Amino acid sequence: MRSAARNRLVDRAFRWVGLLATLVSLLLLALFLADILHAGVGRLSWAFLRGLPSRFPERAGIYAALLGTVWIGAITALVAVPVGLAAAVYLEEYGAKSRWAALVEINISNLAGVPSIIYGLLGLEVFVRFWHLGASVLAAGCTLALLILPILIVTTREALKAVPHTLREASYALGATRWQTTWHQVLPAASGGILTGLILALARAVGETAPLVVIGVLAYVPFAPAGPLDEFSALPVQIFNWIARPQKAFGADAAAAIIVLLIITFGLNGGAIYLRQRWRQRLP
Amino acid sequence: MAELLAQHVSVYYGTNRVLEDVCLDIDERTVTALIGPSGCGKSTFLRLFNRMNDFIPDFRLEGEILIHDANIYAPDADVEELRKQVGMVFQQPNPFPKSVYDNVTYGLVLQGERTKAVLDAAVEKALRQAALWDEVKDHLHKSALALSGGQQQRLCIARALAIAPHTLLMDEPASALDPIATAKIEELVQELKKDYTILIVTHNMQQAKRVSDKTAFFNFGRLIEYGDTPAFFEQPQQEQTRNYLNGHFG
Repeated sequence: MRSAARNRLVDRAFRWVGLLATLVSLLLLALFLADILHAGVGRLSWAFLRGLPSRFPERAGIYAALLGTVWIGAITALVAVPVGLAAAVYLEEYGAKSRWAALVEINISNLAGVPSIIYGLLGLEVFVRFWHLGASVLAAGCTLALLILPILIVTTREALKAVPHTLREASYALGATRWQTTWHQVLPAASGGILTGLILALARAVGETAPLVVIGVLAYVPFAPAGPLDEFSALPVQIFNWIARPQKAFGADAAAAIIVLLIITFGLNGGAIYLRQRWRQRLP
Repeated sequence: MAELLAQHVSVYYGTNRVLEDVCLDIDERTVTALIGPSGCGKSTFLRLFNRMNDFIPDFRLEGEILIHDANIYAPDADVEELRKQVGMVFQQPNPFPKSVYDNVTYGLVLQGERTKAVLDAAVEKALRQAALWDEVKDHLHKSALALSGGQQQRLCIARALAIAPHTLLMDEPASALDPIATAKIEELVQELKKDYTILIVTHNMQQAKRVSDKTAFFNFGRLIEYGDTPAFFEQPQQEQTRNYLNGHFG
């Protein structure tokens, strides 16, 4: 076969291969969603959302778990944002291009890849035991904050890098200090990207199960947390617990809870994507 | 009296020498054009006066730069104060992604000015000086990015003037603009020289001739010739200058 004709064939062949690969992934996702919806949509109701866990699968609800997840999300954000923002700003705006800075950068990327259960063990030792926070929302929030900190720092730095250098130059040329330039110009310009990164990181945090299991988050909590030091439950752990039960009817509960968790996750991710679109259009 | 003085100035980026033994004195309220081929060091020289080269790693200066007889590279020199006295306009207009009003007031806000009346007056004065007031006075709170290129550049000039510097450094301010906008900027420079000392880097020899009182020609990091503009263009003393002006190299 002549080379030109073979090139065309390879081109056409890859087009089909690529399409097939994409469709297969989407198909699997669609099958999963269909299966979950089929199993769980029947259990979805206001009673389910407002109900507390029970020995009887028909009466079990996710109110405590849902609230726990919301609490965790809030505390994770409150802890991770100031630390992550400060660290990223320092590394990007103040850090010299020294070998030390490169070392820090590599290590942050490494930390992002550490298995989440190890963060759970860290959280257990430091927050639950050493700081005497117990198996509380605060301990879980701190642990998950540590978990998402590396990703947050990386995405925040990317957002800061995307701010054109000419903006900083213009600010310095008017007599601004580095901090004034960062505060008045760089951070506002990067805010869209920073927010997007934060939402994506949070979406990941609310779905984490392993660290919560290690910390000792309970799955049978017949009350909603009233304060950060209360014991609590969370959606992923509740799902895990229901699936582990022998009664098949709990499977439907688990599926319904999965749907709720998916709605939260898709909502957060969708919001992040929408924000990223709007932000891209506004930068000069 | 010399307002700006460069004495035996050499600039290095690491081991790379970019300017060699430049001596130049600039009087107040004059327009001085810096011309020369690409890479000759004229922009680097310009940026010495507001220490914007400090941001480049491995930057090293030999010699002295004096403004009002004070060495601006002294170890205890106040860099931020210097930049408030010596303003800069860049080649590409770089307004902040904020409103026209916020762009102009930024320098004042940095210094702690909060009074609305003071800020309003400063905005009008600066925009009038930059010949932009009539075009934007009803749109002060619209985004600066919505302005045309020429308007954005005049906004950047207004922004620099708002904090009342004594000197304005302009780095090829019109090279990114169309001829009509360029003419407006050149007209502006002529007006501004009544109140400010202006240093302007330009690639355009005709612009230098139109706009400046004195012209300095740089080549390969050295100052080749410096003189009153009419004489400089009529009868250049150095052969390199003659060759450049005649277009033998660019």
